[in-house]
Amino acid sequence: MPNTTYIVLIPLLPLAGFLILGLFGRNYFKRSAGIIATVLLLVATILSIYTAYGYFFEYGKVNGIYEKLMPLKYTWLEFSQGVSIDMGILLDPISVMMLVLVTFISLMVHIYSLAYMKGEERFPIYYAFLGLFTFSMLGLVISSNIFQIYIFWELVGLSSFLLIGYYYDKPNAVAACKKAFIVTRFADLGFLIGILILSFYSGTLDFTTLIQRLTSPESTELKTAIASTFLGVSALSWGMVLVFIGGAGKSAMFPLHIWLPDAMEGPTPVSALIHAATMVVAGVFLVTRLFPIFALSTPTALNLVSYVGAASASIAAIIACTQTDIKRVLAYSTMSQIGYMMFALGVSKYGGENGLGYTASMFHLFTHAMFKALLFLGAGAVIHFIHSNEMKDMGGLRKYLPVTHITFLIACLAIAGVPPFAGFFSKEEILLAAYQHNTTIYWIALITSGLTAFYIFRLYFSIFWNKESHPHDEHHGEGGFAMMLPLVLLAIGATAAGFIPFGNFVSSDGHVLESKFHLEFSILPVAIGLTGIFIAMILYKKQNNKAERIAAALSFVYKAAYNKFYIDEIYLFITKKIIFNLIGRPAAWFDKNVVDGSVNMIANITLAISVKTKKVQSGKVQQYAIYFLMAAILIAVLFIYWWK
Amino acid sequence: MMQPGLYQILFISTALFFIGAYGFLTRRNLITMLMSVELILNSVNLNFIAFNKYLWPDRLDGLFFTIFIIAIAAAETSVAIAIIINLYRSHHSIDVENAEEMKY
Repeated sequence: MPNTTYIVLIPLLPLAGFLILGLFGRNYFKRSAGIIATVLLLVATILSIYTAYGYFFEYGKVNGIYEKLMPLKYTWLEFSQGVSIDMGILLDPISVMMLVLVTFISLMVHIYSLAYMKGEERFPIYYAFLGLFTFSMLGLVISSNIFQIYIFWELVGLSSFLLIGYYYDKPNAVAACKKAFIVTRFADLGFLIGILILSFYSGTLDFTTLIQRLTSPESTELKTAIASTFLGVSALSWGMVLVFIGGAGKSAMFPLHIWLPDAMEGPTPVSALIHAATMVVAGVFLVTRLFPIFALSTPTALNLVSYVGAASASIAAIIACTQTDIKRVLAYSTMSQIGYMMFALGVSKYGGENGLGYTASMFHLFTHAMFKALLFLGAGAVIHFIHSNEMKDMGGLRKYLPVTHITFLIACLAIAGVPPFAGFFSKEEILLAAYQHNTTIYWIALITSGLTAFYIFRLYFSIFWNKESHPHDEHHGEGGFAMMLPLVLLAIGATAAGFIPFGNFVSSDGHVLESKFHLEFSILPVAIGLTGIFIAMILYKKQNNKAERIAAALSFVYKAAYNKFYIDEIYLFITKKIIFNLIGRPAAWFDKNVVDGSVNMIANITLAISVKTKKVQSGKVQQYAIYFLMAAILIAVLFIYWWK
Repeated sequence: MMQPGLYQILFISTALFFIGAYGFLTRRNLITMLMSVELILNSVNLNFIAFNKYLWPDRLDGLFFTIFIIAIAAAETSVAIAIIINLYRSHHSIDVENAEEMKY
């Protein structure tokens, strides 16, 4: 294996960008900030592609199995023998794939933002935050230690918070960034407790050792972890479920998804990068990273993963059909697609043919990042042109935005699962994996894929067809080369990514997994997808009132879905009415009366004593002298007559 | 000529001390109070010399202490005079009552 320590540069280059632009950007790089950040990231992208080439084709494969390599490991904090927080790099197929994906999407967003964010007051800060995010995300994917991943996990949460709240003078954005931070932070509490449980039982924090100790049937660590139970569930399952809660919070799984739609208050390229392609799949990545433990030792926890995934996928798809803000439609679509990845992992088994779900999940993660980033950037171009997020302000834009129109259409076809676009291949694999292992989930997924096709084409037709709109200012057109280039590159990705033989690179046990193509199996999902598209075409291609009539007929269901099934309201009810009233108020009373009270009482006693005694300090020098003389005489008398 | 004994000298120094203390406690004029302090210090000096001469005539500790006290008394007087002059500048009086407001 050649020297690969240069990999450490891949996360450090964006970090350098963050430091330079964050410290000096405002004064020195007001105009050139974007170029600097983009060039740094371009270098990082080239390095990661080089790494991927080297790993997949030169040194990664030993005896037909992709090895886990650790080019760099630095022990940072050692708690006891074997339990230490390391800073290291772990190279395996998924981390290498994520490296390429994150740097590529981030590079696209950097280029796109050159045009989209031009003229912003805090332009350098925007690029600094993007650099911080890219650094943390790259650090997250190459983490070799579960605590290292937690550190970067929080860092991506922080940068997401900063970027959602980028327009800090908009009250909505401020509320959204707080919400995102609190909800994910709340879920991360589960992750932290999960880490503690896992490390307590396995006696290590290192991923490779952790997985090895908790999966091999003869290891004593595994036996104790399974033997000790809490509420009838083994400690190991608790640990894995808690880790999954952390992942679910970051990946916006039901019922912790409430922050994601609101996060759309951030700038659109940020939504493309963080809330569609990279950060929100961190949860999927985490489950993948610990997949051997899930699959071999805690099938119950894995079942939970699959049902949470399926529930999120279907609920989000239903809500997406009713939303009118185009970015919110895309947000729910993201949640739904991540649900797909989750249940694909959930239905997967470890090793061989049964590990199809694992490969499918990673494949879908890859293709989804391409087409969803494309959808968001396309939506960004539309918003840039029309200055509104609402569907009702749009229509007939295909004449004004030809490039955006074509690329958006490609992305829509990809997400709807129409062959030969990327989403078709990955979605077929997921459906096949579900079909083989869990038929309930297969049917949920099938219906959801129909809904997906429907809502995405509802979006497409509403923006580009439907009524004719006459935008009043046409001065900036499509935003120039910097905005076109990422759209075109991502469109190529969304078309071609499906033809990558993914099973050759990523599989649950490192062996090559031949991806077979079943024509007869694909007919049903594609037919359902096309039906969805067809219905959307009837309802939304021409301006008509069919959609309103259907909504009126289904008024109850429609209203519930439009209001996102009142989940936000339920949260508010629980927090405001139950937690605040039953826990918050008594706690506040206790704090005010008992904690503060005892401190105040001591202070009051001191005050009373000092009021009584302050007369002594009169300021009369001679009085002091008398006291002094008396005391001296007293002491003298004591020493002479009494002390002897 | 009759040599004074230790007791006579101690009597004088005690008298001197209490005259000084009385002056310090009763006078209102700061200069007078300063003079009283000097009386007290000198009574102490007398004590040191007397004990040195009558009890340990072969040693010099008492003499050294006296010299130190004289030097320090001079320094102390200069500081006190400086304070008194400042007080006079701000209040046009050197009454000790005026110093009371320094507590605030």
